[in-house]
Amino acid sequence: MERTPSDFKTSSAKNIANSRLRETFHSATRHALEQRLKSIHQVPEWEQLREKGHQIKKEVINQLDFYLEQLESNILNNGGQVFWARDADEASNYILRLCRRLNAKNVVKSKSMTTEEIKLASTLEKQGIEPIETDLGEFIIQLANETPSHIIAPALHMTRQQIGALFNKTFNIPYTEIPEELCAFARGKLRQKFLSTKLGISGVNFAAADTGTIVVVENEGNARMCTNLPKVHVAIMGLEKVIPRFEDLSIFLKLLSRSATGQKQTSYVSMINGPRKVEDLDGPEEFHLVILDNGRTEILSNPKLRESLFCIRCGACLNTCPVYQRVGGHSYGSTYSGPIGSVLTPLLQGLDTAKDLPYASSLCGACSNICPVKIDVHHQLLWLREQVVKQHKSSWQERLAMHCYTSIMKDVRLYRLGSFFLRNLLKIFYKKGQNLNVPGWSKDRDFPPIAAKTFKELWKEKTQQKTT
Amino acid sequence: MKVSLFIPCLVDQFFPSVGMNLFKILKKIGLSVNYPLEQTCCGQPAFNGGYHADACELAQRFLEIFGNSEYIVTPSGSCASMVKIFYPEILDHSTYKEPLQEITKNIFEFSDFLVNIIGVKDLGVTFPHRVTYHDACHLLRELQIHQAPRELIKNIQGIELVEMEESETCCGFGGMFSVKFPEISIAMAEDKSSAITKTGADYVIANDSSCLMQIGGYLSRHNIPIKPLHLADLLGENL
Repeated sequence: MERTPSDFKTSSAKNIANSRLRETFHSATRHALEQRLKSIHQVPEWEQLREKGHQIKKEVINQLDFYLEQLESNILNNGGQVFWARDADEASNYILRLCRRLNAKNVVKSKSMTTEEIKLASTLEKQGIEPIETDLGEFIIQLANETPSHIIAPALHMTRQQIGALFNKTFNIPYTEIPEELCAFARGKLRQKFLSTKLGISGVNFAAADTGTIVVVENEGNARMCTNLPKVHVAIMGLEKVIPRFEDLSIFLKLLSRSATGQKQTSYVSMINGPRKVEDLDGPEEFHLVILDNGRTEILSNPKLRESLFCIRCGACLNTCPVYQRVGGHSYGSTYSGPIGSVLTPLLQGLDTAKDLPYASSLCGACSNICPVKIDVHHQLLWLREQVVKQHKSSWQERLAMHCYTSIMKDVRLYRLGSFFLRNLLKIFYKKGQNLNVPGWSKDRDFPPIAAKTFKELWKEKTQQKTT
Repeated sequence: MKVSLFIPCLVDQFFPSVGMNLFKILKKIGLSVNYPLEQTCCGQPAFNGGYHADACELAQRFLEIFGNSEYIVTPSGSCASMVKIFYPEILDHSTYKEPLQEITKNIFEFSDFLVNIIGVKDLGVTFPHRVTYHDACHLLRELQIHQAPRELIKNIQGIELVEMEESETCCGFGGMFSVKFPEISIAMAEDKSSAITKTGADYVIANDSSCLMQIGGYLSRHNIPIKPLHLADLLGENL
C-alpha cells in the first residue's frame, strides 16, 4: 500500500497509545541493545573497526561503477548470471520469468528487505505463484498478513501469545506459546517445501567484487537451504551491497553481527560462488544475481546524502532510537523503518509520499552514535528537511511562521518589540491564574512562565547600576 | 581574557537567571565579560526545520556580532553546537572561511569552558542536596561533552550526584519535534521522568534550558516534586 505524507503522525500517535505494543518494543529493543553492548565490549578495537567499515564503504560508493562491473564479471566467470534491474518491476518480472520457465508453482524465500522493498511476494502471488517465507519471523508475519516491523526482526511487534494464537487458528493445532514448540512446528511445515521447490530466493548481505562471492548471514539455516536445495537460486541485492574485496568481510561480518544481534558471529554465514560445479555434490544448477537500482543511483548524485548508501541493515539505529522504541516499525508506513528508514524512504520513493519522515526524529543523534559504519544518520535527516523546504513541501502556516521568526531575529529592535508584546500578552494569561495552553505543547506538560524581565533588560539594569 | 556572552533567545525570554548566573560565575573567576546587545538567535529553529536559507541569514548576522570576540561562552550545548558544528555546513566557505574558523574555535558551552579552558572545577559552592544529571543530546553527541558538567557537580560541597538510568537518552524536546509529535515527545518525557524519579534526587540538573523546559514541564504537570535546575543557576545562586 502506498503511504501518504501524514502517515507517521497519525499511526505513531495510535501505536503509542497501545501500551502492550509500546512495552513489546521497549523491552525488545532494550534487550537487543544490551546484547550488542556486551558483545562490542569484547572488541577493544571496535571504534577502529567502525572507521575501517566507513572508509571501505566510502571507497566502494565513490567507485560503484567499477566495483559493480567487477562483481558482474566475476559472477559470470563463476558460471552465474547477472540481471541489472532499474526498478522494482524489472526485478520482480525477471524473477517471475524464471518461475514461468521452471514452471514453478511456489518459491522458497529467505529473509530479505530488498524483496520487501520491491513487494516481490505480492507480485508473485498475483501471478499465482506461492511465495513461501522460510525465516521464522517472516513466516509469522506472512500468516498474519502483515509487514516487517523491524529490519532484522520482522515479527518484533508480536508477543509469543499472539503467535501461539495465530498458529492455533491458522493450522488448527493445540495452542502453545512455547517458542521451541512453535518453532518445531514451523520447521516441520517448511522442510518439505525446501525439498520440493524449484526456485529459492535470497537476499544478499555483502557481495565481494574481487571474487564474485555472495554472502548471506542468518541464524536459522533456512537461507542456506533456500540457496542450496532448489534447482535455481536467485539472489537479489541493492547495488550498494557490493564490497571491494573478499577479505573486507572480516570487518563487515564483525560489525554486522555484533551490531544486529550481539552475536560474535551468526549461526550461518553462507558464501556463494555461483552454481554447482561438475565436481560438487550439491548446490543449485543455476545461480542468478539481480542487482537492483530502484532509486539508489539518484541518491548517489547527492553528495550530502550519499552516505545513506553505506547502510548494512543491522537495525541498531532502530533499537537505540527513542522514537522507534516508542512507536514501533509500522508507524513509519514504509519497508525501512527507524532513523535510517526515515532517510532511505524519502530518497527511494520521493518526498511526496514521505515528507513527514525526515521530521520523525528529535535529532538526538543516538542513531549516528551507534551506526557500525558511522553514517551520520541524524544529519542526513537535516539535509532531507532542507529538501522538503526547498521543494516547497512544507505547509504554508509553517513557512509563514518561519518567515516571521527570521524577520524578527534579523533585527534586534523587532526582537525587543516582539518580546515586549509577548510578555505582556502572557502576563494577562498568568494574571487570570490560567495555566497557559500552548497548542501542541500543553496536553501533558506545563509551559514555563515567562520571566518578569528578559536577560537583555536585566543586563542593562546591571550595567547601568555600575555606571551610576 | 575577554569573554562575550551568547545568551540564547529561550534563555533571554524564559530563563534569564541562567544568563545572569553565568555572568556571575565568569566575573567571580576574574574574567572580563561583555554582552553584545545586538544578539538575538543563532538560527537553530530555522536550520532544524529545513529552512537553511533563513538559518544562513542569522548565521551571517551572528558572525558579524561575535566575529571579534576572543571567547564566546553560552549556557547551551545545543546553541553552541549550532555555531560550532552546523555553521560550517551551511555557510559558504569561500566567503566566510576565516570568520568561521575563528568563531568555531572560540565558542564554548560554559561547563566545557570552565573545566577545559580555564581549568576551574571547584567554584567553592555548597549545595547539600541529592541531584541527578541529564546529558543534553547536542552537548553530548555533537560536542562530545560528558565529563565537564560532572566535574563541576562533583566538586560542589555537600552534593550527592546519583546517575539516572539512561542519562544519555533524549528527553523528547527536539525543538519543533515537541509540538509536531507531542504524543512521542511526551512519551519520551515520561520515561525520562521515571528515570529521574528512581534516583530519589531533589533536583535534576542539565546544561540546556530547552531540556529543562521539557523535563520540568512534565514533572510539574504530574506533581512530581523534583526541581529542574540549570547547572549555571546551581553554581551562580550558591556562589
